[in-house]
Amino acid sequence: MGRTIAEKILQSHCAEKDLKKGALIKARVDFAFANDITGPLAIEVFNQVGASKVFNRDKITFVPDHFTPNKDIKSAQQAKMIKEFSQSQDLTYYFEIGQAGIEHALLPERGLALPGQFIVGADSHTPTSGALGALAVGVGSTDLGVVLALGEIWIRVPETIKFIYQGKLNKWVGGKDLILYTISQIGVNGANYKVMEFSGEVIRQLSIDHRFTMCNMATEAGAKSGIIEPDEITFTYLRSHTDKTFFPSLQSDPDAEYEQIMEIEVANIEPQVAFPHLPENCKPISEVGEIKIDQVVIGSCTNGRLEDLRLAATILKEHKVNSKVRVIIIPATQEVYREALEEGLIKIFIEAGAVVSPPTCGPCLGGHMGVLAKGERAISTTNRNFVGRMGHPESEVYLASPAVAAASAVTGKISSPEEVILT
Amino acid sequence: MILKGNVWKFGDNIDTDVIIPARYLNTSDAKELASHCLEDYDSKFIKKVKAGDIIVAGENFGCGSSREHAPIALKEAGISCVIAKSFARIFFRNAINIGLPIFESPEISQQVKQGDLLEVDLNKGIIKNLTTGQEYQVHPLPPFIQNIILAGGLVEYTKREMKRRTNYEQL
Ligand code: SF4
Repeated sequence: MGRTIAEKILQSHCAEKDLKKGALIKARVDFAFANDITGPLAIEVFNQVGASKVFNRDKITFVPDHFTPNKDIKSAQQAKMIKEFSQSQDLTYYFEIGQAGIEHALLPERGLALPGQFIVGADSHTPTSGALGALAVGVGSTDLGVVLALGEIWIRVPETIKFIYQGKLNKWVGGKDLILYTISQIGVNGANYKVMEFSGEVIRQLSIDHRFTMCNMATEAGAKSGIIEPDEITFTYLRSHTDKTFFPSLQSDPDAEYEQIMEIEVANIEPQVAFPHLPENCKPISEVGEIKIDQVVIGSCTNGRLEDLRLAATILKEHKVNSKVRVIIIPATQEVYREALEEGLIKIFIEAGAVVSPPTCGPCLGGHMGVLAKGERAISTTNRNFVGRMGHPESEVYLASPAVAAASAVTGKISSPEEVILT
Repeated sequence: MILKGNVWKFGDNIDTDVIIPARYLNTSDAKELASHCLEDYDSKFIKKVKAGDIIVAGENFGCGSSREHAPIALKEAGISCVIAKSFARIFFRNAINIGLPIFESPEISQQVKQGDLLEVDLNKGIIKNLTTGQEYQVHPLPPFIQNIILAGGLVEYTKREMKRRTNYEQL
């Protein structure tokens, strides 16, 4: 019986001879990371178990990204803790703000996520790196603390659901719309425990940034991870981001056994908007109706990469932000920021009347840099719209692509890009 | 290790808020948590449950938040093992990490009744219903997971593992 890509990766990271789905195994970890929220707890566990040295100083990093630049004293203490630990353990990688960014965007950019690797992160959106053909799984702080010490973790060998996207994408439809649509079809528990493997002709043509967006939100369907077979697009990206050698071909066998195979015809998919308070509550943009907004956020580990900003700039160019709306644009990493600056995107945003924030998670989790007041409504390119996610429990978050968010910034209500750019 | 206990039967989607309501999360004291375990579901549960009792539930047991307090409350209340048709992903990890054995078995979930006496052989993965005589074979937990459970959880297990590795290095 053939194997899926996720099974092949686990097989090459454990001692068992013949992996069975559902089995519990111990797997070696290629890379582990945590952030300024989950890191301190993991370090406590590391100390509790009596460890004194991390398992490998080249295979661990801490990224201060959630509440940084530090928003208050408590955040500053937490950031200090991960920095000091990184220094005392002499870690090869530690990213201070100024060289950093949101962890899930930063790691691939720095060549720290490669095809065939098994990666664990103490953050639920760790699956983002699956876009490069890694098996990347989010875990808790206790789990991560133990990984720091031992370099291994127990894991259940997951079943895989294969999604095959076929047809021609409509204008303004991208990775965000595909994943929102998929979650609306299977529900927020639709892939509990499982790996979502994204494939088909549409994915083969999708750029790497759109692929990151899709794997990122596998989490919102309950999945253990999202993954895409690496191809030429992946290799081109990797060659420009790392000198490391990587496993060149890694594919699911033609006779691999899937839990389920879902074929999705994309021709009928419009830009999607997820209504409060679940990512599965999606409507096509044509059925959204009149929804006025107070704030627009374009950024996050889901949609804060260069292509996302380019898309937003296409729409904001030669337009002004609606005078009743706050627009916050957050490049996901310092490198994205620099490139956006060089391409003139930042100028477009500022001239349109948006504010550009330094890389941070910030408003995505209601942390800082754009918290919502009672009764306020935001459209955001982030990944969660739970009650109170971006601020007051009576505020509302609508999720969409950068194109829809930018168009809404211009009109002041949730809008299709076509309302702003006549095609 | 052999566990023996009477069955508490539950339905589908027993969430972590039912297992331990959020209003009690201001403590991590296991005894305090256990005293409120499942009280919104059955206010007498905690008075009637006996050490060693076993929970048998339907689908998606432990769904909801990622709180480790849920399996801790169950374990401290005396529950020796949870068998369900399926578990929520994070509950599954948390249960093992705090040393509470769990098994997935759609058959047991369907066939076993409230009050039945079960005997669970952790090493072999054999579960006997002593009330009906039925015997079930489930995936046994691999030895290292059994060791995590025997140690009382992942942190204790890792402590021992660290010692073992240091001793080994010194040899
Ligand atoms: S941007 Fe939002 S979802 Fe992504 S890591 Fe930060 S807080 Fe989490």
